[in-house]
Amino acid sequence: MSDYVFRFGGEGGEGVISTGELFTTACARSGLEIYTFRSYPAEIKGGHAMIQVRVADKNILLSRGDGVDVLLAFNKEAYDRHYKELKDGGVLVFDNTDFLPDEDTRTIKYPIPFNKIAMEEIGVRLTKNMVSLGSLSELFGVPQDKFKELIREKFGKKGEAVLEKNFKALEAGAKYVKENLKKQDKVQVQPTGRQPRLVLAGNEALSLGAIAAGLRVYAGYPITPASSILEFLAKELPKVGGVVIQTEDEIAALGVVLGSSFAGKKAMTATSGPGFSLMTEMLGLAVMAEFPAVIVNAQRAGPSTGMPTKMEQADLMMSIYAGHGEAPRVVLGLTSVEDCFYGMIRAFNIAETFQTPVIVLTDQGLAQREASLLKPDVLGIEVVDRKKPTAEEMAHYERFKITPDNISPMAVPGMPDAFYSATGIEHTEAGELNYEPANHNKMMNKRYQKLQGVLKLPWIVKTYGLEKPEVAVIGWGSGEGVIREAVDIANKEGLKVGALHPKILWPFPSEIINKYLAQGVKRVIVPELNFSGQFATLLKAHLANGNRNIDVISMAKGGGIPWTPSEIVNKIKEASKIHV
Amino acid sequence: MSKMTAAQYKTKIEPVWCPGCGDFGVLNALCNSLSARDVDPKNTVFVSGIGCSGRLPPYVKSYGFHTVHGRVLPIATGIKVANPDLTVVAVGGDGDAFAIGGGHIPHMSRRNPSIVYIVMDNGTYGLTKGQASPTGPLGMKTAASPYGTIEPPLNPIAMALAYDISFVARAYSGKNKELEALITRAMNHRGFSLIDVISPCITFYNTYKDLPPQLAAIPETHDVKDRSKAFELALKEDKIYLGLFYENDRPTFEERIRGVVDQSESSGIPRLDEIFLDFA
Repeated sequence: MSDYVFRFGGEGGEGVISTGELFTTACARSGLEIYTFRSYPAEIKGGHAMIQVRVADKNILLSRGDGVDVLLAFNKEAYDRHYKELKDGGVLVFDNTDFLPDEDTRTIKYPIPFNKIAMEEIGVRLTKNMVSLGSLSELFGVPQDKFKELIREKFGKKGEAVLEKNFKALEAGAKYVKENLKKQDKVQVQPTGRQPRLVLAGNEALSLGAIAAGLRVYAGYPITPASSILEFLAKELPKVGGVVIQTEDEIAALGVVLGSSFAGKKAMTATSGPGFSLMTEMLGLAVMAEFPAVIVNAQRAGPSTGMPTKMEQADLMMSIYAGHGEAPRVVLGLTSVEDCFYGMIRAFNIAETFQTPVIVLTDQGLAQREASLLKPDVLGIEVVDRKKPTAEEMAHYERFKITPDNISPMAVPGMPDAFYSATGIEHTEAGELNYEPANHNKMMNKRYQKLQGVLKLPWIVKTYGLEKPEVAVIGWGSGEGVIREAVDIANKEGLKVGALHPKILWPFPSEIINKYLAQGVKRVIVPELNFSGQFATLLKAHLANGNRNIDVISMAKGGGIPWTPSEIVNKIKEASKIHV
Repeated sequence: MSKMTAAQYKTKIEPVWCPGCGDFGVLNALCNSLSARDVDPKNTVFVSGIGCSGRLPPYVKSYGFHTVHGRVLPIATGIKVANPDLTVVAVGGDGDAFAIGGGHIPHMSRRNPSIVYIVMDNGTYGLTKGQASPTGPLGMKTAASPYGTIEPPLNPIAMALAYDISFVARAYSGKNKELEALITRAMNHRGFSLIDVISPCITFYNTYKDLPPQLAAIPETHDVKDRSKAFELALKEDKIYLGLFYENDRPTFEERIRGVVDQSESSGIPRLDEIFLDFA
């Protein structure tokens, strides 16, 4: 079994990221699983750029991993920044025409003069990236053919001469390794013979999921880290006859979404915290008028402008409670790149079924990281549409009719005789404005009760690890993979730990969580990337009477960087010790 | 089915407006115009913001959407792009249009969707009992401006012309025939049209006496394609001109959207499978 973390570091704008991406795709095409993590310079040009990819031949790849197995340092800064994370016995590949590392015996070091080879043998400095890929291919076993295939696809349009230069650089890198270096490490990432994997970033998978769910109108305003959704859909949505509008602000974006939903189309917007803040009034309208709508919030560190290029899970409470009055809505947390695709389909299906805004929480880390994915079975996707009035219901149409499941048939303009006026003012079942307290209570009850149906869906939580644990890890959103990995490690060490991961965050899945806890859980660890422990607060508030003696340990970190498995393993060990 | 009369376009719901409110005149003109054009109610949507005038949608037999303050235009845009076959009429007051919602107007001009926007302009916030609005005069004394307002009013027509809105008109709710004719013409217009309808508030800012002497019809000789001349008329300080200032025929948002779809080589059939190939 192989499972390695490769990290590429160098000057931004010099092709470091695209080198890492080519390496990633070549591995995925070899049937390997991949998981990337990157940090961008805050500046548009220049600064330090880093991409790392975890490559493994096992089926489930859960996190970015702990430490680094192979560091490719294009310059001194990359070495200075990342060398300390290179594991003992790890491999440093570096450009010895740029710098020389300190002498130590902690790691294996391969000096390769990328710059010199690029200049002397190819005559183009930037081909050093291809030289480096050639060297990696020779050192670690990724077939050169996979790189050539990718180079041809990427640069084929630039003509044979350009292709030849790149191929030559690739070969020169491999040749240098063969002739000058002796392999001293054990790292191998060879093809598996399994089906090639797709490589998708979270935001790409999310956008594809939306299209698969039937999205037809997208409106949004540029904001990091959600802009790539706007850009992706601007290109792809027209291909299925859909519309993308870049609006003047986020208020208008949600306005376009609600207008489109009223007119019968599936619509969504995506934003980050600052834009979501602007949408809150319109969110209340969606609840009151009972419109399906999907709102993606790609969380970044706040408050205010905060740290646009760093992740955080700090908009949970806001997503649940944003807006004045009491406006029940559904909040989902996406858990992985794969879940970005399938989770969006679930989000649209819930929005349509329950005629409700659905807030989908992702974050900067999940939005931008890439993972391997088997191509989804497009024809097998179940897509739900809203309940429409029958001819008989249209004849005496009541837009907000109270039904056994509190979901009313929704007419759309164009239907004969089902005239109604949607409104944010409190109204009767027939949609007439009404300010009577009794009616208000009745309609509030309808809006709350209809969402209880969401909690009956079969997939709302996922459990992992020991079935009846003593220590439970309950996280949410993009922490699912890293928590599972930590649980695996802890289980192997004999610790009685399991994990529960809610995909539905609101309405709060109290019943199912309490049932899980009542099996004998003594402590709950809640890892989340925010400062105050928002989910832990919710969990404490929802503990059933019989579970109130359970210790809820908030593991909150607001720093902008995702967890590593070892951080969570250490917490599990600590929690396990206390009550042994 | 025989043509519906203007009365048949009105629902049984009694308007909340004060007796004598200018908005009654707008409602009448609207229903007359709908009847004259034989508009199909099931394919018509009235969208409104918040304010007295925002209560209009349920008074007309059609689909309606009473939204939030200041956001009638983006919501109307969403309706139009979702179903370009619908007749979409946006209505609201001057506070809704030019104060809280003012930021949306230039972008409506840029997009130019076929939406008629009727602003019932009375210079005051009637629903909140008479504060000054962006079109109220300088020095206007209200409970919220006891020493008189210190912000001069906007000129909605000049602003609309500056934004290059493709149909710019002003009317008076007391001149019903002219208003009806302008609404009908706006409905026939390809693109976004703005009609600023002076619609007095009889309770908080009654201009029924002072206004009529200042009103004048735009000279028949005015060329509605001449934007500079339209500006001249809009900027006249001694007269308030009524009628069509400017009309310009250019592609609509719906047409341009269709163009994008065609350019993306849409087959009209979802082809998700093909999109996946980009990530293999």
